[in-house]
Amino acid sequence: MTRELTCICCPIGCSITVEMNGNEVAYVSGNNCPRGDAYVRKEVTAPQRTVTTTVAVDGGESAAASVKTQGEIPKEKIMECIKALRDLHVEAPVHIGDVILKNVADTGVDIVATSNIAKG
Amino acid sequence: MSEKTKELVIIGGGPAGLAAAVAAAEAGVPVEEIRILERDNKLGGILNQCIHNGFGLHTFKEELTGPEYADRFIQKAHELKIPSSLNTMVVDISYDAASGVKKVTAMNRSEGVFTIDARAVILAMGCRERPKGALNIPGYRPAGIYTAGTAQHYVNIDGRMPGKEVVILGSGDIGLIMARRMTLEGAKVKVVAELMPYSGGLKRNIVQCLDDYGIPLKLSHTVVDIEGKERVEAVTIAQVDENRAPIPGTEERYTCDTLLLACGLLPENELSRQLGVEMSPITGGPLVDESLETNLAGVFACGNVLHVHDLVDYVSGEATIAGQNAAKFLSEKRTEKNAPDLKIVTQGGVRYSVPSTIHLDTMADTLTVRFRVGAVYKDQNLAVYLGDTKLQSLKKRVMAPGEMEQVILVKKKLEEVREAGEKSSELKICIEA
Repeated sequence: MTRELTCICCPIGCSITVEMNGNEVAYVSGNNCPRGDAYVRKEVTAPQRTVTTTVAVDGGESAAASVKTQGEIPKEKIMECIKALRDLHVEAPVHIGDVILKNVADTGVDIVATSNIAKG
Repeated sequence: MSEKTKELVIIGGGPAGLAAAVAAAEAGVPVEEIRILERDNKLGGILNQCIHNGFGLHTFKEELTGPEYADRFIQKAHELKIPSSLNTMVVDISYDAASGVKKVTAMNRSEGVFTIDARAVILAMGCRERPKGALNIPGYRPAGIYTAGTAQHYVNIDGRMPGKEVVILGSGDIGLIMARRMTLEGAKVKVVAELMPYSGGLKRNIVQCLDDYGIPLKLSHTVVDIEGKERVEAVTIAQVDENRAPIPGTEERYTCDTLLLACGLLPENELSRQLGVEMSPITGGPLVDESLETNLAGVFACGNVLHVHDLVDYVSGEATIAGQNAAKFLSEKRTEKNAPDLKIVTQGGVRYSVPSTIHLDTMADTLTVRFRVGAVYKDQNLAVYLGDTKLQSLKKRVMAPGEMEQVILVKKKLEEVREAGEKSSELKICIEA
């Protein structure tokens, strides 16, 4: 069986063909860099995503601060991660890199701020 | 009205303006002679609301979100102590050909209306979304119709949701990104309809934003009816034929309270036009030479004001070149422009090119020429000719309008071909079998 995947490692988005032998990856083609090869091998077995969203900010120049998972988390954990952040409020100021929530959805990955929100 | 003089004024403090300012300062323009004028209350431009990741792989070799990418350049500008004025709206730029002075008229709360006499100007105003009026959708104008970027600002900056059940028209990147964003925030995105038979967005966004969440993408479909008088209640889409006319009998009705329009971006060039900059009818942006200089000596352009980019990394690269060339212009004290040696013509599916003219004496060893194609091309060659002499040809597996293409011209090769007797000044970029 072959699977056609679009690499998401960078904005170029290579079309990569993965030939599967049962559950084993037999051959990868179409990628322009080693990251593409690693991505599709993972994508066909244990897909991961970086999640970007916002959390509410109290007392800031704007009402939301953008955040992300510090690393990738399993794809099936995305909605659980979003849920964990839904009712969270943080106090301004917020700085890029601030840890907003530790170990989100038991993934071992922290949520960190990606924007600077001054008091306002 | 207070008057000031500056060597270099940069219109816009987004990714293009910031990178141009940093490059000009690093190339030796004294920072007290530079001023960035920014309309918003923050530097960083549209990146501040682009909270998704995937920025900066080329520039920083890591994957950043929009605000993080912007912050890298903001920090650099701060380290170099480049002055910027926020909440400042430029209302006019005029050019005095005799003195070469560009008079920039702007206003803000602390200075009122003021002018700056600049020797060089970099246009970095970015682009705007195509508004709904340009789309000719019949019906009432109920609440609940937003451009995707407006909705993005509501959600990501203001922390408010514009609606609960959403139909998106247009599969440009912002539309795709917002399909995922609205889904994560609890909305039901019912469908993304795209007029063209292909998506205008990057493939990775189709995978990550639609496929991951099971959101259907209907190509060759458009909105034919919007129901609701006070608020959107339902949207009907239909398939279109090859002339983009709706096919009767293919209508599908979706109940929803929100319609997002992601129908393309238009460079923002009111100021450029007032200034007398020659414009490309294809891109809606200025025509520039290899130095990203417009037809007016000392007026440069970079970023989305020039042509709409997919990748901010390319914007930063382009803006760096504009900043360096502005610095060079200032140090040379040049007041005029020479006629270009080469004119780039685009044919066979290549819609335009940036730059569109080349001065060989100021061309670097290599020159990246960027452009978009007019349709999806598979297994075709991207060829470059000087007159009848073929300079280069590259086989491309896929080219699509949604992804910017480029060719890299080598100065040595151009000179060799000219020395061998090629007299033509026409450099042709085309797609061929």
